[in-house]
Amino acid sequence: MDPFILMLAIPLVSGALLTVAGERAWAPNLNILASLGTFLAAAGLTAEIVASGPRFAFGEQFFIDSLNVFFVALTAFVGLTTSIFSGPYMANEAAHGRLTKPRLRLYKSMYQLFMFTMLVALTTNNLGILWVAMEAATLTTVLLVSLYRTPASLEAAWKYFILCGVGIAQALFGTILLYFAAERILGESGNALLWTHLVSAKAFLDPNIMALSFIFLLVGYGTKVGLAPLHNWLPDAHAEGPTPVSAVLSGLLLNVALYAILRCKVLADGAIHSDFAGNLMMGFGLFTLLLAAFFLSKQKDVKRMFAYSSIEHMGLITFAFGMGGAVANFAGLLHMTMHSLTKSAIFFAVGHATQKVGTQMMADIRGLIRVNPLIGWGLLLGTLAILGMPPFGVFASEFMILTHAMKHHAWATPIMLLALGVAFAAIFGKVQPMVFGETKAKRLPHAPAITPVFVHLALVLMLGLYIPPYLTRWFEEAARMLG
Amino acid sequence: MNATPLFAQLINLFAAVILLLSFSMLAQRRVIQLINLFALQGFTLFLSTLVVAVNTGQSHLYWSAGLTLALKAMLLPWILHRLVRQLQVKSEVEPLVNIPTTMLIGIVLVMISFNVALPISQLSSAIARGTLGIALAVVMLAFLMMITRRKAITQVVGFLSMENGLFLAATSATYGMPMVVELGIALDVLVGVIILGVFFFQIRDQFDSLDIHHMERLKDN
Amino acid sequence: MISIAALIGQVFAIVLALALAPLLTGWVNQWRAWLQNRSAPPLLQPYYTLHKLFHKDVVLAHGASPLFRFAPFIMFGCMLLACGIIPSLSTDLPFAPAADALALVGVFGLARLFISLAAMDIGTSFGTLGARREMLVGFLAEPALLIIIFTVAMIANSTSLATIVETLAYREFAIYPSLAFAGIAFTFVSFAENARVPVDNPATHLELTMIHEAMILEYSGRHLALIEWAASLKLYAYSCLGIALFFPWGIGERDNFLALVAAIPLLLLKLGIGGMLLAIIETINAKVRIFRVPEFLGTAFLLAVLGLLVRLLLEVRA
Repeated sequence: MDPFILMLAIPLVSGALLTVAGERAWAPNLNILASLGTFLAAAGLTAEIVASGPRFAFGEQFFIDSLNVFFVALTAFVGLTTSIFSGPYMANEAAHGRLTKPRLRLYKSMYQLFMFTMLVALTTNNLGILWVAMEAATLTTVLLVSLYRTPASLEAAWKYFILCGVGIAQALFGTILLYFAAERILGESGNALLWTHLVSAKAFLDPNIMALSFIFLLVGYGTKVGLAPLHNWLPDAHAEGPTPVSAVLSGLLLNVALYAILRCKVLADGAIHSDFAGNLMMGFGLFTLLLAAFFLSKQKDVKRMFAYSSIEHMGLITFAFGMGGAVANFAGLLHMTMHSLTKSAIFFAVGHATQKVGTQMMADIRGLIRVNPLIGWGLLLGTLAILGMPPFGVFASEFMILTHAMKHHAWATPIMLLALGVAFAAIFGKVQPMVFGETKAKRLPHAPAITPVFVHLALVLMLGLYIPPYLTRWFEEAARMLG
Repeated sequence: MNATPLFAQLINLFAAVILLLSFSMLAQRRVIQLINLFALQGFTLFLSTLVVAVNTGQSHLYWSAGLTLALKAMLLPWILHRLVRQLQVKSEVEPLVNIPTTMLIGIVLVMISFNVALPISQLSSAIARGTLGIALAVVMLAFLMMITRRKAITQVVGFLSMENGLFLAATSATYGMPMVVELGIALDVLVGVIILGVFFFQIRDQFDSLDIHHMERLKDN
Repeated sequence: MISIAALIGQVFAIVLALALAPLLTGWVNQWRAWLQNRSAPPLLQPYYTLHKLFHKDVVLAHGASPLFRFAPFIMFGCMLLACGIIPSLSTDLPFAPAADALALVGVFGLARLFISLAAMDIGTSFGTLGARREMLVGFLAEPALLIIIFTVAMIANSTSLATIVETLAYREFAIYPSLAFAGIAFTFVSFAENARVPVDNPATHLELTMIHEAMILEYSGRHLALIEWAASLKLYAYSCLGIALFFPWGIGERDNFLALVAAIPLLLLKLGIGGMLLAIIETINAKVRIFRVPEFLGTAFLLAVLGLLVRLLLEVRA
């Protein structure tokens, strides 16, 4: 069977199944099994693309090339590990009485639907469908953010919905403008929104319309990426939602939104014949990076702090793609991968840690290394990795971005170094006492799933030391496509 | 005087009415009236889509006109009315900024939108091209309404009105997006409103009010 | 050379205004009474009132300056001039070149200025209060009125009222959304300018929120009669202006005496409908607080600006 269809069908069907069946004893396992199936199908698809090049599916409505298959593989992988992590985590939450059975059912079915919408967004060739899938991804996660139904979580979910709703409306306006520009070239058929058609006609698109369209698309999808000044929803949603949701939001949704921007940037670049789109992205990226770094030091809630760290990294990645060129794009893709893996690992560790201590306030979390050495070490290593310490992979990608910036946009380097320095001081200063120090935490009823944390960290470490040649080739090809 | 065809004049008229309704929504203090105005805006949108459909003879535009009528002029206002009744929202909406100031900001937004859209609408082959500026203005006004209002339900009406503006842009400037996309958008909007309905009850249970100034605790301090 | 027909038309228009203005006021009052389930005063009541006032002696306050005595005449003159230059029956008005639409706004402003000065002249607290409120209303209504006139003038490419009416009445049929905006805004402005219900209540002297009536409390006898007559003329002028700008069909062309005659019943019909609508709107609305008046007129201004913008964006480019 076609791995592509399987990959989309498994989360959709299992999501429906989990909704209908309700919360049973086997539901967590089905969740993991479905994620595993999705991952295997995605791996099969990846192998196919690597072996035989880009392909279409369902006519021309879906298109998979080396750029998005990379995101597909990453998404399916983090989706799998998160589902493994969420098994015991959610069981503990239920045992603590924070979640009831209907909410567990809601969580699992929405989780699968969320995976489905993200995979659709990644693989669709139709920019309109891309928009629809992005909006659907927001809708599936809104109820997950407010899963605890506490005042704070409702507020976070409301902010998330409204801000992302506004943002995504801007993106729709951008898409309409894009269609408007394309229709003049490609005619009124349904093909005028197909990316493959657009990319072949990109040089003929009207530069004025495309410039305006790109501004709207960048602001719109940028809201979901967490680009300042429309980032306000992100820390709240991450801090108040359940930790697995924070992990997939940070590790996956932000990437998918950024992917949408990248696809549009290719078109805008082709039409505008100047660095307009790149400069815009660099500006937004740098501003986001700086703002997030300075907000980091003010945080008291551990998940909130790492949410700001996600914003910071998204700023850095946006900046990298804004610079453009093979090296910067390569670095950007690598950094996206590293950030996804590391940040979700950190959220796994943080999730177990907060569950153990019963609070998200960093001042009250102490001595994790004694409570559970694995969680303690996981959090410490993850933090070191995300801060860009060698030999982890984040170091490699940040180093590439910095050196490339130094060579081509020297003015930006001090700003970036300042931001990274501030972020380092803020995060490390706060994580260190959490890991070491005295504690009085109790045992959890369900043993935490530590494996995903270390699998992710091991991957990040490995990629920092050695990137396999086929992965390099793959990244290079994707980077070249981005121009 | 230029001899603009009658149907283009009609579309312009409807676009102008939609803009006017956006302003009245901005000035409206009562929730019920606000929802009625929103329904009226949906209906005007339906009329303008219908005019475009009749004129261009594209069958998918008939569908989207029908969809607009069913969804935006009937179903969504009905859902909102039900919500207001069930939640017993107090009828007075207190705006954050006083109304004349809001209006002045609104005027400035309209001017900006018109200016932004001007170079683009000149390129359009569609006859009712001036409407792109109006559509952008409607989006901006809805945005303004969401910023300046406190009640959760008003923000949702603002959100939906923003969607109306986008739809106006899609139909009048480009004669409609491809059918798949339009269906997808309609589905998203519907699901969104249903989720919000669920959400309202959760908010009310937690805060005993739909006033979102209760929800200003999450801050970076 | 001014033709005899034009001169007759001009004189006739002014005489008609003088004669019809109190009738229009009476008509509106009658409708208001019917709509409020009161027994209506006679249709000719304003004439009786004028007649009565003209036969009464004038009582002047101590310390009233000549300004106080001149003001009613100036106001009456201004309104008469306004009625003379607004095309009500025919566009062929020999007086029209004297003042275009912008000057018309100035003529209204002049009347307002003098009546306000006169109100303050006596030094009573009510007079000053009314004058200040009147200036507030004028300050907000005038820009709106000007922008409405700009919008219409842009359609006709002229600020002359006669040209505007000719352009609008004999054009090819076309929908102007901008005119719709301007029309609604004009309605708002006329309500404020004529001291009608949402802004002021012409029927009472008892409210602390009164505007127009507060200014003329000290007037009596023929002065009061002139002011009342001028107020009727103002209402008539605004009605004719509204008809000329937004429903100009049927106003006679140049050098067409028959059309002039035919225009009279049509004008009466339009005024009758207009007066009825005015009474209906007054009845279904409540008077707003004085602090809300800026909001009301702000809306009018906003609509006028919108009309102008819509005109610029949607209709100008060919």
